[in-house]
Amino acid sequence: MSMTELNNENVLQVLNETFGEAILHPETQYGMLSVEIPADRNTEIVGCLKDHKDISMGFLTDVCAVHYPEQKGRELAVVYHLHSWTKNFRMRIKCFLPAEKPEITTMTGLYNSANWMERETFDFYGVQFTGHPDLRRILNMDEMDYHPLLKQYALEDETRDDKDDSFFGR
Amino acid sequence: MSQLDTNYKDIFVSTETIDGEIATLNLGPTHPATHGVFQNVMKVDGERIISSEPTIGYIHRAFEKLAERRPYNQITPITDRLNYCSSPINNMGWHMTVEKLAGIEVPKKVDYMRVIIMELARIADHLVCNSVIGVDTGALTGFTYIFQEREKIYEMYEEVCGARLTTNIGRIGGLEREFSPVFMEKLKKFLKEFPAKFQEFDNLLTRNRIFMDRVIKAGPISAEKAMSYGFTGPNLRAAGVDYDVRVMNPYSSYEDFDFIIPVGQDGDTYDRFIVRQEEIRQSLGIIQQAIDGMPEGKHYADVPSFYLPPKEEVYRSMEALIYHFKIIMGETPIPVGEVYHAVEGANGELGYYLISDGGRTPYRLHFRRPCFIYYQAYPEMVKGAMLSDAILTMSSMNVIAGELDA
Repeated sequence: MSMTELNNENVLQVLNETFGEAILHPETQYGMLSVEIPADRNTEIVGCLKDHKDISMGFLTDVCAVHYPEQKGRELAVVYHLHSWTKNFRMRIKCFLPAEKPEITTMTGLYNSANWMERETFDFYGVQFTGHPDLRRILNMDEMDYHPLLKQYALEDETRDDKDDSFFGR
Repeated sequence: MSQLDTNYKDIFVSTETIDGEIATLNLGPTHPATHGVFQNVMKVDGERIISSEPTIGYIHRAFEKLAERRPYNQITPITDRLNYCSSPINNMGWHMTVEKLAGIEVPKKVDYMRVIIMELARIADHLVCNSVIGVDTGALTGFTYIFQEREKIYEMYEEVCGARLTTNIGRIGGLEREFSPVFMEKLKKFLKEFPAKFQEFDNLLTRNRIFMDRVIKAGPISAEKAMSYGFTGPNLRAAGVDYDVRVMNPYSSYEDFDFIIPVGQDGDTYDRFIVRQEEIRQSLGIIQQAIDGMPEGKHYADVPSFYLPPKEEVYRSMEALIYHFKIIMGETPIPVGEVYHAVEGANGELGYYLISDGGRTPYRLHFRRPCFIYYQAYPEMVKGAMLSDAILTMSSMNVIAGELDA
């Protein structure tokens, strides 16, 4: 199948045809296609999208993580934003990881830019990128012994009782 | 041998080591030549760099964590402090992200007003970067002259929002007020007088033999490498890729304007300089088009639950008072959803990945900071280069510490 123009439907169709059941929860929010894939197949699927002659997702726009403490067994999401410059098509790919063993293969073999973005994700969320050439903290100091963007670390000091924000949600 | 031969620089430099002794040089974090808080631990053999190890995070302020506790309108001041050389672009990018999430359509006039501010910010940012490249080659004159012009842009910001550096300009749903007659006068004066001053600056550097010899072939990067390393903005375009968010994914009515994307060829310091020079000219053209085509209408969208009512109304009308209270206390209902919005910042694609769970603050906000992503190519770009070229490469990459460290 040759595609002159990419849209959410035909890219999703290619993904479904190539990977079948590995493509989970496809949704389109604000015009951007987002799919979930199994964490152990991230480099395989993204690598295929990168090399696919019609899609050629040659640019890794962004890597970050999100913490959902209530989702047992899939507390951490690693989110990739990909962009095909030749076809001007953006999409989002998510992998969910359990909090007790947050391991996922590194993307540095596919995109050099993943190096620091994954270090940042490790720094703030503790996601272990296996195969990463240099997985160290990047913005926080090396001696830090926790991953500060996880939701269990409140921004305010919890021992303070002079501030009451209970009126305002979180 | 032609002056532009690939290895012409080498005729001035001995490639042989004197005694093979490798020294460790700690450049930064507060070295005056690095224009910001950057540390590089370099291994040097004489003046030639063998390896470079950047350490970043010296001014990390945990913006993403802070944002998880702030209502949406209170996040704008955080974005000021990312790329503080062009804060208005960051502010506008954030407003547009929230508008996209909340489904707010702003009037065409707001788009045009924002374009004027954003292009002024781009000019200011490029002026800083390009004049500093001159400073790092030893040409201080251009810098001292052109900063007077940047000052005029800051005066215009002041006229619009009252602030100069950390602007907090605009609101979700529009701008805080109509452009004042004084602003329009200043803007028109600027458009009339700036090109001659800018040409003077251009004459000092662009075809200056000494400057060219210093910057041509300094810190080059190929288009493929630039793409793989996540380059965006002028640095990418200098390498020959014509990717610009304003054209690829137009926002704020950029599709209405006629401008070209300048591209370079070698991705070296000279190309980055030239691309920025041309972008300044294009930005002037965009501003002129925006003034000429300024649509009639209001400077804000009709979204009372996001856009603050006029202060005098708050004292008179119950409804305005309620909206005012709800906005200030962050009690505005917002849809659940995920949105990624990108704008063309002065140094690359500035993206906001926002996840809302319907609460008063974002559930997660991630800034895609262009210079954080492309600065990781720096060790590769300066490997084998002279120390003085490494300084030039850094200033020509327009790495801004505030954005780098978030």
